[in-house]
Amino acid sequence: MTVPLLRRLHTRGVAAVATAAVSSLLLAGCVGGSATGSGDAGSGSSGAGGAVIHLVGYSVPKEANGAIEKKFQTTPAGQGVTFEEAYGPSGDQSRAVVNGLAADYVSFSLEPDVTRLVKAGLVDTSWNAGATKGMVADSVVVIAVRKGNPKGIKGWDDLIKPGVKIITPNPASSGSARWNTLAAYQHTISDGGSAVQAKDYLTQFFNHVQSLPGSGRDATNAFLDGDADALISYENEAILARQAGEDFDYVVPDETVKIENPAAVTTKATPKAKDYLDFVLSADGQAEFAAKGFRPVVAGTPTGSVEGANDPANPFPTPAKLTTIADLGGWEAVNTTFFEDKTGIVSQVQQATGKSQ
Amino acid sequence: MTTAVTSALAGTAGSEEMPAPGRAPSGRRRRSTLTRASGLGLGVAMLWFSLLVLIPLVAVVVQATRGGWTAYVAALTSPQTVAALQLTVGHAVLVTAIDVVMGTAIAWVLVRDSFVGKRVLEVVIDIPFALPTIVAGLVLLSLYGANSPLGLQWANTSHAVTLAFLFVTLPFVVRTVQPVLMEIEPEVEEAAASLGASRFTVFRMVILPSLVPAITSGAALAFARAISEYGSLVLLSGNLPYSTEVASVRILSFIEGDQLTAAAAVASLLLVVALVVIVGLEIVSRRVARHG
Repeated sequence: MTVPLLRRLHTRGVAAVATAAVSSLLLAGCVGGSATGSGDAGSGSSGAGGAVIHLVGYSVPKEANGAIEKKFQTTPAGQGVTFEEAYGPSGDQSRAVVNGLAADYVSFSLEPDVTRLVKAGLVDTSWNAGATKGMVADSVVVIAVRKGNPKGIKGWDDLIKPGVKIITPNPASSGSARWNTLAAYQHTISDGGSAVQAKDYLTQFFNHVQSLPGSGRDATNAFLDGDADALISYENEAILARQAGEDFDYVVPDETVKIENPAAVTTKATPKAKDYLDFVLSADGQAEFAAKGFRPVVAGTPTGSVEGANDPANPFPTPAKLTTIADLGGWEAVNTTFFEDKTGIVSQVQQATGKSQ
Repeated sequence: MTTAVTSALAGTAGSEEMPAPGRAPSGRRRRSTLTRASGLGLGVAMLWFSLLVLIPLVAVVVQATRGGWTAYVAALTSPQTVAALQLTVGHAVLVTAIDVVMGTAIAWVLVRDSFVGKRVLEVVIDIPFALPTIVAGLVLLSLYGANSPLGLQWANTSHAVTLAFLFVTLPFVVRTVQPVLMEIEPEVEEAAASLGASRFTVFRMVILPSLVPAITSGAALAFARAISEYGSLVLLSGNLPYSTEVASVRILSFIEGDQLTAAAAVASLLLVVALVVIVGLEIVSRRVARHG
């Protein structure tokens, strides 16, 4: 198919090359144009009524966002405000905003996706200066198990017992899957173990990993349709799946990692976007996150009864040892230490386990 | 009326093919048969082709070389990337070989034999191509996953990669060989048979040479599709590094880690592999067409 075309190119080369050259110049022009235009990420419309907030976010809190938006529209600040939403994987959405997708309010699963926008000049450097450090919802890494917990999995050490098969999302292709891998590693450290012991645990852990699906949601589906004994997931993901009628149990391990989901307003956003962010951080906004299984970031938010939680009346038990990303030196340090290709701890562990399989 | 229109059309076509002597005296310098109209056509085609294909390809290569030669080599020599590339290309070669044999056989059956359900098979053969790849993954998962009705638990093993590749590339060889096979006159085979050729000789000396260009172009399409496969593997392969992780997942991982240069490096290597295979198959095709 292509070759006859190439053959014709030989005989009619000059005209073709000329056209190609012209068209590449044209395209270069287009690219240049759009690059300068990408700074105008916000909508710019800021009338008192009829303002549109472009919300770009990762898919998981979609329902919570929808509920908060509805409540916001009934407040004085939210009168007449409408939302245009774009959802997808967190990293993809963040890159889309850098590449010019209109956004007033962004909501991602982890901080580096906002940092990318700060570097591109689309979000102000002071975005994380507030009381919640830019975060709007929290969660913790949990272990989902089969109904009735037939393998008796109570914590991380039960996962590396003979015959236990684990599913966890792929830490290489999914940013938020990194919480899970970190939690597995960090539990050894939290229990007083050394870095060597933690790496050794992680090696055994990956020896039990049956599959590494592309995202948290894919992992949940693989677990529900498959025969694995444990799924490393997020508390909110487990609660949401149980709210949707899925029948499985989950365990909040004694040692786990705190998941922090950020949101920010872009530099050229309509002022209404800031009002919305303020509302998200109000008790009313936080209550909606709690109802969908997220831990509120504002202390003292009444959580009420959360359907789908292990104990709906006390949905968010405090783990004995909770590690934060800040404890580990922040995302930049974590990514270099753990996830760097070839040199990162996880890359090395995967190399060791992958070759032995 | 109809005749008049036909002859008028034929007249126009004729005058297009033969450039008027006064119009293009310089046109004789080359063997070009371009008239003004067909030149415009070629220009539009090239512009379209450049915008859609050539420029994006160049952009990938430029992106790949942005970090310099060392960064390029470093990205491609990472053991995990090497393993993913080996798995992808190795399985693509294997699957293409199977496709060549099975695809030709299926095309043969569809063209030469008549049987109950032939029409259905004709339609069903395109389903792997028409299906969204994620759906293909779901279909395969339900057949070969943990709850496999066949008792074949191939999900999360390298068999899953083979299966997914086989599934999505099945129609290519069938669909390229089928029309060519339909064009072959049975009289030629009968003549060869009447001259004493065995059925195998007829196939090898008469039919195969005319099929080879179609088989190779089908094989090239199947191979190119296989090395780029992603969607059907998302649920099925488990993405285990060094064992079931394919090149496209590697590319995605580099993008997620904001390593665009490394991602483009892997992409450019896949591009080269695809090009080498397509050109190689074309050479095979021509050689067979000449000597066959």
